[in-house]
Amino acid sequence: MLKNFEPNKIFSITSKAPKYILFIFIIVISIGLLEALIISPEDYIQSHSVRIMYVHVPSAWISLGTFSTIAILSFAIIIFKIKSFVLIAKSLAPAGLVFNIIALVTGSIWGKPTWGTWWAWDARITSMLILALFYIIYILAWRIYDGSEKVDKLTSLIAILGAINVPIIKYSVDWWSTLHQPASISIFSKTSIHTSMMIPLTLMTAAFALFSILIFLMKYNTELIKIKNKGLDRL
Amino acid sequence: MYGKKVKLRLLFLSFIFLIVVLSVFLILKSLEENVVYFNSPTEIKNLPEIDSKKRIRVGGMVKEETIKLNQNQIRFVITDFKNEINVTYSGAVPNLFSEGKGVVAEGYLKDRNFFNAKKILAKHDENYMPPEVKEALEATK
Repeated sequence: MLKNFEPNKIFSITSKAPKYILFIFIIVISIGLLEALIISPEDYIQSHSVRIMYVHVPSAWISLGTFSTIAILSFAIIIFKIKSFVLIAKSLAPAGLVFNIIALVTGSIWGKPTWGTWWAWDARITSMLILALFYIIYILAWRIYDGSEKVDKLTSLIAILGAINVPIIKYSVDWWSTLHQPASISIFSKTSIHTSMMIPLTLMTAAFALFSILIFLMKYNTELIKIKNKGLDRL
Repeated sequence: MYGKKVKLRLLFLSFIFLIVVLSVFLILKSLEENVVYFNSPTEIKNLPEIDSKKRIRVGGMVKEETIKLNQNQIRFVITDFKNEINVTYSGAVPNLFSEGKGVVAEGYLKDRNFFNAKKILAKHDENYMPPEVKEALEATK
């Protein structure tokens, strides 16, 4: 069943969804920005520059989450040959890359006033740059080998091998001494971000997640239309 | 269950995956010296030999009540609560540079106890809170 989604059926759902997601996104980001820029307090040591966190951290999370999702889908594509996942994985990549770049750029902007440098070759920052390179290679492979039969396997393999980098990014701040501070939020211990700052962080994460779903659906719909135009009724 | 082909593909993919993980691990392990962004004063103390021409980074906490400002020089002590190293630096320091906070100094070792910094970076911790909360925390101490 999973193997043969009918593009027409999916398209009837995915072509309507963006409207509603855009609506919810606008509400969430409005409240999120209000919280992040005005209501939430300044930090005891960083003062107002802490507000960059509300863009930087959600972007980094989304880009990591998106790449992990692509890798899991790719695993299913290679092992179980689930064809309908191919377009989903392909359509997820652009939003992931955009958020990865946002995380790097905002990190740089945040680094200057707090650390005193725009860039440092520490393990966290370098591994995040490598993730961006993997996104670029993944998207390029789709472009270059478009139409080839092997393109599914090639791109999936890139995503699976790139996934090795994901735990390295996560644990880089624990394994090596880095300029980047360790994680503030953990499942097993108390978070070291005050509640008044967790509210905008959560809202902005939700807003960015909605936005990446929106970009994903737009890309996915375009891909479905392309397939329809080729006159195929099955993926 | 799954067919023979699925199992074969799974085996092949796991094999490639394991080899790449192992290679990445070995590469990172052998490059550990370069993967770490800075060394602690204890690591400096335990160096077999010191190279005063090599640019390195030393990191730790700025020891309380050790920052001394001269006309155009700033002196302080970096500590990891086991060993300490004296640092001299002339130039601007980042806003977050202060006593009891994290710091990374980039420069040259004079000997095991003295470090001549060319660049100072502030390292901050993972705690974020409003000033009032910080004051309340201090008050209860």
